[in-house]
Amino acid sequence: MSNLGAVVNERHAAKPVETSPAEKPVQISARNFNFYYGAFHALKNINVDIRENCITAFIGPSGCGKSTFLRCFNRMFELYPEQRAEGDLLLQGRNILGKGVDATSLRAKVGMVFQKPTPFPMSIYDNVAFGVSLHEKLGKGQMDERVEWALQRAALWNEVKNILGQSGMSLSGGQQQRLCIARGIAVKPQVILLDEPTSALDPISTAKIEELLHELKRDFTIVIVTHNMQQAARVSDYTAYMYLGELIEFDETDTIFIKPKHKQTEDYITGRFG
Amino acid sequence: MTLVTRRKWVNRIALGLSLAAMAFGIFWLAWILFDVLRLGIDGVSMSLFTKMTPPPGSEGGLLNAIVGSLIMVSLAMGIGTPIGILAGIYLAEFGQRDWLGSTTRLINDILLSAPSIVLGLFIYALVVARTGGFSGFAGVLALALIVIPVVVRTTENMLILVPNSLREAAFALGAPKWRVVGSVTLRAARAGVLTGVLLAVARIAGETAPLLFTALSNQFWSLDLGAPMANLPVTIFKFAMSPFADWQKLAWAGVFLITLGVLVINVLARALFREEKK
Repeated sequence: MSNLGAVVNERHAAKPVETSPAEKPVQISARNFNFYYGAFHALKNINVDIRENCITAFIGPSGCGKSTFLRCFNRMFELYPEQRAEGDLLLQGRNILGKGVDATSLRAKVGMVFQKPTPFPMSIYDNVAFGVSLHEKLGKGQMDERVEWALQRAALWNEVKNILGQSGMSLSGGQQQRLCIARGIAVKPQVILLDEPTSALDPISTAKIEELLHELKRDFTIVIVTHNMQQAARVSDYTAYMYLGELIEFDETDTIFIKPKHKQTEDYITGRFG
Repeated sequence: MTLVTRRKWVNRIALGLSLAAMAFGIFWLAWILFDVLRLGIDGVSMSLFTKMTPPPGSEGGLLNAIVGSLIMVSLAMGIGTPIGILAGIYLAEFGQRDWLGSTTRLINDILLSAPSIVLGLFIYALVVARTGGFSGFAGVLALALIVIPVVVRTTENMLILVPNSLREAAFALGAPKWRVVGSVTLRAARAGVLTGVLLAVARIAGETAPLLFTALSNQFWSLDLGAPMANLPVTIFKFAMSPFADWQKLAWAGVFLITLGVLVINVLARALFREEKK
């Protein structure tokens, strides 16, 4: 535990004074949330509050349901008819699972970045503009500005500003992932979901993206699923530990990593299990 | 013999057999190409492209047959390509597991493997017998019927190859399904789809049987789709079966032209596919 404790302390030393995460309003909350893959009960009675402008990390061993849970926040599971959710999932107090909620406009508010970079087979510019053009009618000049803004925020602008017409697939893996982040934030969502965004990347690209997340949380609420506990300790304000479809422990990251309440959580983060 | 030397020998024998199989196939193919070239190049001259098919014993070319083939193949592609691509999109993106999708897939597979002479007879009964005459239009329909299943199958296969993560990424941005398909998956698969279309061109360029019952042939220059229309395959068939040496020479020239055309299309399709893969 001392290793991770050191990571947390180090981060504290570097962090300027800001409002404590606990004072921030709740953005997403799950109430008695259950999820099924056909007959398989994958998520069991989950209750959690995710706060605005914070980074919330979900950790846990493979198959514990963390990615499954993440894919509920933008109703991604609906693409597969055998998957179904029960209970309430509130975005700013409104149940997003309700019949009246349109999945496309929900996804404009809740963006997602996947494990493997998925640039579309089009130019870098069009990759970023694609999502924006779905929800807003912008003129050429405004669109140019938006694309530049998003690429700036994703720390990719300097690398691609002269090759905007090139295929997004010609970039390196780390650049592609930042392009996907740019594509997500260009739509100006409130929440960004990241599903193991760095697991396919090298350490340098990973560090770049982690740095970026710190920047982005000023404007967005970030939920990240990660296999990498150090990553959770480094970047997140809140951490949730999941095991076999249950939310075992959820607290401020410092608490989870320095004095977890549950023995199981402690065993996992110290590497004794998982 | 140790395990390692044994393994090496098995490897050598398997490699030898594969090479022999390849050589056997290539041998006949090369022979065919060589003969087509040798006998066909003889008949290639300016008059081949400027003169009509002649009566036996006089000089002529294949202009009407070349133009007739071009017209019918282009029109058949014009009809078959959009239908094939749209149906392929349905099968891959919408009807992956429902009954309409599986039924369509089954019928398409039957159509794909149906002998082209059957399709020719079908159009004969449907169009030629009812309108009371052979026509270029009937030929176009018969060729289009061959194009559709080829394009449906390749479009579906190419779309299925597009990784699902790409679709999810587009959905995650709030794209409706038609935009996901139109702007992302179809685009990701376009090289493959286009390759399928080109291969369909190659397929119908040499089809004889369906034209024999529909467009028939025409000794003279005609652009009228309501009348019998000259075309390369039927002309080759007619001329090659004839006892006249000058007709036979023209038939070889026609074979040469079709082979060359199909070869160019195939090379083009491969180059296109490779370009996109990069």
